[in-house]
Amino acid sequence: MSEKLLMKGNEALAEAAIRAGLKGYFGYPITPQSELLEYLSHHLNNRGGSFLQAESELAAINMVYGAAGAGVRTMTSTSSPGYSLMQEGVSYIACAEIPCLLVNVVRGGPGLGTIQPSQGDYFQAVKGGGHGDYKLIVLAPDSVQEMADFVYLGFDLADKYLMPVLILTDGALGQMMEPVTFPDYDVEKNKVDHSSWATTGKLTSRSQNVITSLHIEAEKMEDINIHLQKKYKTIQENEVRYEAINTEEADIIIVAFGLVARVAHKAMENANKKGLKVGMIRPITLFPFPTEILLTLSEKVDQFLVVEMNAGQMVEDVRLAVNGKIPVDFYGRMGGVIPQPSEIVDKLIQMDSSKTHSK
Amino acid sequence: MNKEIVIAGFGGQGVLSMGMTFAYAGMVENLEVAWMPSYGPEMRGGTANCVVILSDQKISSPIINEFDTAIILNQPSMEKFESMVKPNGEILFEASTILSPPTRNDIRQYKLPANAAAQSLNNKRIMNMIILGAFTQLNPILHDTSIMTALKKVLPERHHHLLPINEKALHRGKELIYR
Repeated sequence: MSEKLLMKGNEALAEAAIRAGLKGYFGYPITPQSELLEYLSHHLNNRGGSFLQAESELAAINMVYGAAGAGVRTMTSTSSPGYSLMQEGVSYIACAEIPCLLVNVVRGGPGLGTIQPSQGDYFQAVKGGGHGDYKLIVLAPDSVQEMADFVYLGFDLADKYLMPVLILTDGALGQMMEPVTFPDYDVEKNKVDHSSWATTGKLTSRSQNVITSLHIEAEKMEDINIHLQKKYKTIQENEVRYEAINTEEADIIIVAFGLVARVAHKAMENANKKGLKVGMIRPITLFPFPTEILLTLSEKVDQFLVVEMNAGQMVEDVRLAVNGKIPVDFYGRMGGVIPQPSEIVDKLIQMDSSKTHSK
Repeated sequence: MNKEIVIAGFGGQGVLSMGMTFAYAGMVENLEVAWMPSYGPEMRGGTANCVVILSDQKISSPIINEFDTAIILNQPSMEKFESMVKPNGEILFEASTILSPPTRNDIRQYKLPANAAAQSLNNKRIMNMIILGAFTQLNPILHDTSIMTALKKVLPERHHHLLPINEKALHRGKELIYR
């Protein structure tokens, strides 16, 4: 374990990537993600990797496709408008089943929007984002420490399932400083053998390795789709991660991810001091979504409140999970505005009293 | 202990680095810390602020709109943050840059001639350390040794010859309070 350091989320993520054995980084500057790129531009080339600033996000994601195709740890990072530009490439990589790490430090949209933090890209992150039926594993850190930790996890999951893993974070987590320690991570020990598919030069001992996302015959394309869906099902069964807090005695459960989960945590504490019974579920993997725990809790609690920095996106997945059993309410702020704990407490009080009235 | 601090002024006054020094010093003392800069449009207009939280418990929300302490280094920031100080909280402000002092009477006010004090030490840029000294005199949560350890981290090595003058500034700031 490293000594405790005070770092920005973006820098911690970059440092973790180097320690996780990052070989190729390709990116293009955009606020509020630029420190990540800057950090790697200073350090990656001296520490075993190659840093390249691409001419655009479109170029960057295709460079990732190429370098990751050689079976080495590869990543890119960007913020919302830049991530939209990458979607064609992400779809190709998902289809070709290439492992890589993507980072979206989300800012307020739509459009060029603002550089303030947002969660407006949730749908884009968990429902595909590009064309076709594909998924990414989506990890949502809520602290600078997790910004670092999820890099190792992300690379390991990408290598395990041969697919892109997305770290979905936001401008505030990218910009804020908190103490962080880096785990001892053995790059060699965690290396996965990709020689069966990676395009590293043909050996006489085997036939050509070919990477493509083009399969003209419909039947062949359907087979690939069936294979992908099977893989996503395995992931849904095995890789769900969430944090449950105070769920035992709760009447109302808040569901929130990322930065908002911390604001909601404070709101939960304050509401419980006022005599309410509030618990919390923090989804850590947004895909696979923690559906089962929400369904289980819907048998025990009265209401859910989903809090997000958007117009209501994850709330749809919570409603799907709960399947109409109990009311699922929503509170959100948009366009780069961060909700305050007091706003969420007000909402909780309102929900609690409306329940009492209806009895 | 949970201390929520906002530091606000013009870019170049050392607002962000003062906050970073707080945060580092808190970490040296094994406190939980969070440092959140303004990086939005207001930063591009020339004003800067940062929020620092020091706590002996896990910090749940780093996003806050009420502060125990506001350190105010220019007039626009006074207008923005005065109303966001908690009742019984405190405002430390630089005497020569604030034309209209705070009007609230449910908070403690400390008008600090930090610019003048910095000039008397022949280094205008240590104004922020003088204010930091005043803060630590009012709020004994950070030891001087932790602050000096923190400064070594925050100041680039080429500026380490300025550590002694910064230490002097720290003590000068304390004197502004207890004299």
